[in-house]
Amino acid sequence: MGYFLQNIVNALQWGSFYALVAIGYSMVYGVLMLFNFAHGDVFMVGAYIGFFTASGLMALAAMGSIAIPGWLILILTLIIAMFLNSFVGMAVERIGYRPLRDAPRASAAITGLMIGIILETGNLALLGAQRRAFPPLIPPTVYKVGGVYITNQKIVIIVVALALTLALHQFVQHTKWGMAMRAMAYDFLVVPLMGIPINTIAALTFALGSALAAAAGVLYGVAYPVLGPYMGIIIGWKAFVAAILGGRGSILGAASAGFLLGFIEIFVTMIFPSTMRDFIAYTIILLILTFLPNGFFGEPYSAKLRL
Amino acid sequence: MPLLQVEHMTHFFGGLRAVHDYNLSIEQGQIRGLIGPNGAGKSTIFNLITGVYRPSEGKVTFRGESIVGLPSHEIAALGMGRTFQNLRLWRHMSVLDHVKMSQYSQIDYGLIGAFFGTKRRNQQEKENTEKALQLLDLVGIRHLADSMVTNLPYGVQRRVEMARALAINPKLLLLDEPTAGMNPDELMDLMQVIRQVHNTFGLSIFLIEHRMKFVMELCERIQTLVFGEVIAEGTPKEIQNNPKVIEAYLGKEVET
Repeated sequence: MGYFLQNIVNALQWGSFYALVAIGYSMVYGVLMLFNFAHGDVFMVGAYIGFFTASGLMALAAMGSIAIPGWLILILTLIIAMFLNSFVGMAVERIGYRPLRDAPRASAAITGLMIGIILETGNLALLGAQRRAFPPLIPPTVYKVGGVYITNQKIVIIVVALALTLALHQFVQHTKWGMAMRAMAYDFLVVPLMGIPINTIAALTFALGSALAAAAGVLYGVAYPVLGPYMGIIIGWKAFVAAILGGRGSILGAASAGFLLGFIEIFVTMIFPSTMRDFIAYTIILLILTFLPNGFFGEPYSAKLRL
Repeated sequence: MPLLQVEHMTHFFGGLRAVHDYNLSIEQGQIRGLIGPNGAGKSTIFNLITGVYRPSEGKVTFRGESIVGLPSHEIAALGMGRTFQNLRLWRHMSVLDHVKMSQYSQIDYGLIGAFFGTKRRNQQEKENTEKALQLLDLVGIRHLADSMVTNLPYGVQRRVEMARALAINPKLLLLDEPTAGMNPDELMDLMQVIRQVHNTFGLSIFLIEHRMKFVMELCERIQTLVFGEVIAEGTPKEIQNNPKVIEAYLGKEVET
């Protein structure tokens, strides 16, 4: 039983990364009908921004020889990385996608792949091939609750992921920008005629998605402190799967599917050897999609409606 | 000064001349009509005025300001509301959300306010919801505020479009075939709604329509467009008796 509960905690942590990255995919897909295949690499850039921010802040603290507590550095790192990475996202939209807004969707998808490769290899060219170790900001403390080991890191990761998901959901449901995003999912002709600047909304969509990816990147660095230029690829693909599984443009859908992915992967390794993990996990997801092609929260959608 | 003035507007789609030397001048509070056979370029004129297309030549002035080349969201925010020939609603959003969405340009609280629920935000949200509900009342669908539009009958969806167009506080309302697909009962209701909207807000209305009875009864002046050119302009009576208009609609009498 303890073992089982332990794995639930692990799955929640593992799913947090997928959930945060999947939301970015899902938002862009929902608003612009575009697969932003560079999003996994935007996550990577976010992790690196987090790495440099955290290292910089620690160096600053050391220089002034004041003891700034690690959790404060973590909070600042999260905020700064999210802020800066939102500009990375807006740049991707402005340079990569906006010129192709009326182009066939396949061209836009290829653009995403190319931007992804450029971000990966750009990082490689700029920073070299060596991996970076994310500085340990909060030294792990282990709590034992009824046979389950919970670290403070796990708690931080899960709580931040859930809080950001809910905040974004509120944003999309209850603000004028969120409503504009939902309306843009239907068409680009009427929305501006109701006084809504679609370029602003498109940029905002990318900014929010990228901010969440940066949060995922920082949290990932806290849990698995090894960063490399290609760290975003597999996470990006899997988060993309979660976004589709959750349903087009649904934030809660993407997040729950992200957590579900975490659960499936962790529980598969509970029973099978870990080398079989993705083989079995993604076979299960393939089966789910066969029976639920629109995902969990997806609306039946006809592309014809989109201008 | 007229509310909307269009001078010598011409538009080409590639080599095709869709609109030729089009002129229009609408005063505050007028109801004007645009008729013409299918494909005459009526909706194109709407698209040119609202900034969906940029006219190849000519001047468009709205509320004393040149609007050629302005993005359509800015033109809309200046006070130009519009409905569409084929309903263009956001199917899975509620009726109320449709109306509130159009208030976008009037909402001025920032991102911080949105996230942390400042006083100004709450105040504005409350006022806007109230305004939206009043508009729904005006078009007679307040009781459906929380329904998803995709589940509503056609005539009601038309009213949602009307309320949505009114929510941007228009000075000028452009209606593109508002009666398309309506039965005679719904038609009479709609005429009522348009009159009421016109009286309540004192706004100008410019409408494209195929149903003659409807146009003739509502409009002060009517233009007839054929192949992108205005062939006749005048009061309903003048239009009805204009031989060019009759020819365009019914064909030329064969002389025997």
